[in-house]
Amino acid sequence: MTMIFGVPLQALLGQLLVGLINGSFYAMLSLGLAIIFGLLRIINFAHGAQYMLGAFVGYLLLAYLGLGYWWALPLAPLIVGLAGAAIERLALSRLYDLDHLYGLLFTFGLALAIEGTFRYYYGAAGQPYAVPKELVGAHNLGFMVLPNYRAWVVVASLAVCIGTWLLIEKTRLGAYLRAATENPTLVRAFGINVPLLLTFTYGLGAALAGLAGVMAAPIYQVSPLMGSNIIIVVFAVVVVGGMGSILGAIVTGYVLGLCEGLTKVFYPEASSIVIFVIMAIVLLVRPAGLFGRNA
Amino acid sequence: MSKPPLLELRDLNAWYGEGHALHGVNLEVREGETVTLLGRNGVGKTTTLRAIMGIVAKRSGAILIDGQDVTRTPLHRMARRGVGFVPEERGVFASLSVDENLSLPPVVAKGGLSLAEIYELFPNLKERRNSGGAQLSGGEQQMLAIARMLRTGVRLLLLDEPTEGLAPVIVQRIGEIIQEMKRRGLTVLLVEQNFRFAAKVADRFYVMDHGVVVDDFDVGELPGRMAKLTETLGV
Repeated sequence: MTMIFGVPLQALLGQLLVGLINGSFYAMLSLGLAIIFGLLRIINFAHGAQYMLGAFVGYLLLAYLGLGYWWALPLAPLIVGLAGAAIERLALSRLYDLDHLYGLLFTFGLALAIEGTFRYYYGAAGQPYAVPKELVGAHNLGFMVLPNYRAWVVVASLAVCIGTWLLIEKTRLGAYLRAATENPTLVRAFGINVPLLLTFTYGLGAALAGLAGVMAAPIYQVSPLMGSNIIIVVFAVVVVGGMGSILGAIVTGYVLGLCEGLTKVFYPEASSIVIFVIMAIVLLVRPAGLFGRNA
Repeated sequence: MSKPPLLELRDLNAWYGEGHALHGVNLEVREGETVTLLGRNGVGKTTTLRAIMGIVAKRSGAILIDGQDVTRTPLHRMARRGVGFVPEERGVFASLSVDENLSLPPVVAKGGLSLAEIYELFPNLKERRNSGGAQLSGGEQQMLAIARMLRTGVRLLLLDEPTEGLAPVIVQRIGEIIQEMKRRGLTVLLVEQNFRFAAKVADRFYVMDHGVVVDDFDVGELPGRMAKLTETLGV
């Protein structure tokens, strides 16, 4: 058996794959958080709940309407995104003129209410969600066995991240978003409906979380607590990448996922804290984050 | 009945929080005119422009465009009414390239310049079209801030101290651009401390003090008023 630094190659690659999968979800979730924070200046504590909602919408679509994974993939983000847009319009938009703390408290309370509701009806245990039949099975790559569904998650999440990045950096809508992040009043004076842009942005961030949720369902099961388990790590990713930096959120998501995977191989005891250790070091050395600009 | 002025302010009051900044401003700007608001710092010139746009939301009185009251029109609909705003701080977006800055404001009416015509008028911007907004000099930022409004087809431009802090050669260039816009029929409401500059471009003047208009006169009367103005404006 091939050994690297005293570790079997199979184990190393296996954990790197797990790291890459986790990193895919970190990247998609921190991307949405970064977009929302960049424009709305709100730390969206409901992001984990929106991720969980995406998974549950997928589960419920199957259970009650018989609509499978490929239906859930567009429908769940759409439903979670629309719910997010409604929340922004009805509640968050009234908090912009107040201290940022109110936005944080509101989204935190919202997350607790959503999670509590789902716990009440579905308990804390996870509901299974089957891998779609087109992606059942695995490919033997010679040095390791790669399940098809996990390969799909890595490819699809990369496509989503790159697509979102292109939307923000290369399109007219993205230019409005970037300009409104700098000076919303002037963008409004140019004739752009910035309040609507804010609603759209929060909806987009929530939809990304919902999409991540559906994609996660076959891997991690569908549980009311899945959001609160992952969201703390995702916040650390956003802090390391730099608050509001889109590219930073994506790159840091994947890199920290891989770091976590590597730690599981070489020093498993530290695997659940390695991301937070990295966060602490980054905050000491570069308080604005790796990709952040000093305000 | 004669055509109403393009812009008319009737007894315009405005507040910043509890601070009462405008105490009943009355003025009018007719189509094709360039009108300058003069006055010392803090008398309400910038606030007047911001109140017209609706950036200062707490207002009373009336703002009329073509005789129609727009006092309740939200900020993001003012551009469609034909009003463009170039703020004192210029508002060039640092995270956008020169090209993106120029194309950002949506075209609201026909009659605006094309991107090619703008680059002809501002050759220095063309050279820097791919640079980021933050890399431009103060003069280039001011050119960009004005240029991007010319694309949109607005009829009335609110220009807040375009010459502030700029070198004489750039100030002269901005004067030429305003003359060129006048030739094209654009109406301009200009806020300016530098009335020697304003004298070259403006048709009429309003003088503000303590949040109200205290005087108004045509450009022809300027020479006779120089001494008094110098005293009032403290320049």
